[in-house]
Amino acid sequence: MTKWYRENAPITADKLADELMRLKRGSVSRRHFLGVTGLGLATAVLARQPGLFNSTAYAEDLGTQMSIATWPNYHDPATFEAFTAATGVAVEVNVFGSNEEMLAKLQAGGTGWDLFVPTNYTISTYVKLGLIDELDLSKLPNYDASTENARFTSEGVVEGKTYAVPKNWGTTGIAVNSDKIKAPVASWKDFFEIAMTEGDGRAMVHDYQLTTIGNALVSLGFSFNSIKPEELAKAEELLIKVKPHLYAINSDYQPAMRATDAWMTMCWTNDGAQLNRDMPEIKFVLGKDGGEIWSDFYAIPKSAANKAAGYALLDYLMAPNSAVKEHIANGAPTTDSRVLKLLPADVTSNKIVYPDEAALSPLEFGAAVTLTDPGRAELMARFKSA
Amino acid sequence: MRSATNTKRNLVTAALVAPAAAWLAVFLVLPFMAMLVFAFGERAPEGGYQAAFTFTQFANLPTRAAAFWNTLLLAPAGALLCLLIAYPVAYYLAVKADPRYRLILVSLVVVPFWTSLLVRTYAWMYILGSRGIPNLLSMIGIEDVRMLNTPGAVLLGIVYGYLPLMIMPIYVSLEKLDRRLLEASADLGGKPVSTFFGVTLPLSLPGVMTGVALVTILLLGEYLIPQLLGGGKVFFLGNALVDLFLQSRNWPFGSAIAVTLVAVVVVVLMVAMRVAWKVAGTRQVDLV
Repeated sequence: MTKWYRENAPITADKLADELMRLKRGSVSRRHFLGVTGLGLATAVLARQPGLFNSTAYAEDLGTQMSIATWPNYHDPATFEAFTAATGVAVEVNVFGSNEEMLAKLQAGGTGWDLFVPTNYTISTYVKLGLIDELDLSKLPNYDASTENARFTSEGVVEGKTYAVPKNWGTTGIAVNSDKIKAPVASWKDFFEIAMTEGDGRAMVHDYQLTTIGNALVSLGFSFNSIKPEELAKAEELLIKVKPHLYAINSDYQPAMRATDAWMTMCWTNDGAQLNRDMPEIKFVLGKDGGEIWSDFYAIPKSAANKAAGYALLDYLMAPNSAVKEHIANGAPTTDSRVLKLLPADVTSNKIVYPDEAALSPLEFGAAVTLTDPGRAELMARFKSA
Repeated sequence: MRSATNTKRNLVTAALVAPAAAWLAVFLVLPFMAMLVFAFGERAPEGGYQAAFTFTQFANLPTRAAAFWNTLLLAPAGALLCLLIAYPVAYYLAVKADPRYRLILVSLVVVPFWTSLLVRTYAWMYILGSRGIPNLLSMIGIEDVRMLNTPGAVLLGIVYGYLPLMIMPIYVSLEKLDRRLLEASADLGGKPVSTFFGVTLPLSLPGVMTGVALVTILLLGEYLIPQLLGGGKVFFLGNALVDLFLQSRNWPFGSAIAVTLVAVVVVVLMVAMRVAWKVAGTRQVDLV
């Protein structure tokens, strides 16, 4: 019996063309495409042949799997695929909508995360609770503290020890679909008013105490970080009044904004840049009455099962070459001057990503106390269950 | 001699029951005990649990009154809506359908379970979202209809998800129905409608009660459907619990709510079952 020459091929030419078209139309993910065509495996196998590609030599055994906890729409999937191709370590990505949720999971234990992405104001609490390790910077040759902008990176260092290194910075502003909402939106006061009028049933707030309560406070003229009971009570009153008019309480607002189910949302810089890039009618504005400026960090949980892989991925992400690709894909501004130099002009001149200093001056960094304040936690829970 | 066989039988029974008993002890009783202890504790300053003995958590229960009411109203409402739709289907399958196709038709009821509820609920998000039905409506001139993230969407998701669980027990009880009783009713001059309400319905009540209880209990702990189709605005106790454990990290309060929910479910269930069996029992006696 002779075999047809294609019998052992993983996929026929016709099917490959079909799958390629499905990938192009966006009906399947890149991962699915690489899987069914066998190309992913082929790349991974080739990549591990010494001398074929010049990848970093990893002294330690990195295992075959690791896990990262991060935020929605915050990475270029190609980054993780390239890391897997270079090291053989598959990356499992978990996304979260709030720092509180990440903290809750770490406090409960057994997350399995080897790397995660906490925001500036949470790091001191993680250190205090002994949930993260001081980073061994010798394992991160690609990280260079001297090229980082201290305005955004100082909170990664606690009592002289580096516990977290910066991913990028950003702001929390308002994304608004200008085809649907004609009224000008320039402040959080406008946001909440329009949510109850022109944008009735079409506005979204985060499922996240810091920004949802913070921006409600700002709209009332209080500090983003207030924990004063009488100010929080006013914010709660506003939020409960707005709630019946909201489209949803959810930190993953891109799908709803893209489908035009929602017309206006609280929005992080990177999502604002992504939405505006694909749908120019979606504008991103910073509240002139205030709001949040933040920086996100990478940290390694004390409970990480595969720290070697956690460090390897972190170092990979710190390399300016990969950071530039991540930046272009996710649209969050960099804290690293090496990366800034490599960026194309259309990114650095994008006012959503790099706003004028004047627009940033009313904004506040989140304060550590808001993370653990029982008053804010309970307010958020009451607002949601009201 | 006899006691020896008895001992042997007891040993066999014990050996058969042991795995299930151990499973329940480790994964149901122990966690429940832990929750009971937590419910009397305090939230630690950074969140989590701190040992104490206080009734504060139970005193705070009224702050979740809305979620309690939502759950206690929407769960039975969803179950009743399921019942209204499921009964005719089950009746058709058990009584009217051609016996040759019955097996195929019954399997069709179960087929949706082959796909994860999560995936099917996501599908509903697209159907109800702006690019789904509202888009079709806008083509015939009805603009800006909102379906997703409304209580209606949650109810639809509930009925869709739980319908098979209601159809099956009713189908089973109708299938066992003794046809001679229907004939007897007709012979005695009973019209189809009075035969249905006098004979068929009472005899299928055990199935109805099983279905209603099953669906109601599962709905009381529902989290996924309100989260995905209600946009985090239509709130069940399940959602309140997730928030307390995963956002505000108030384990004691979360435990207190969970314990209260379990207590409410047990009481509601016992009362409902007692009433139901009483009704079903007397009707059965009447027939004989």
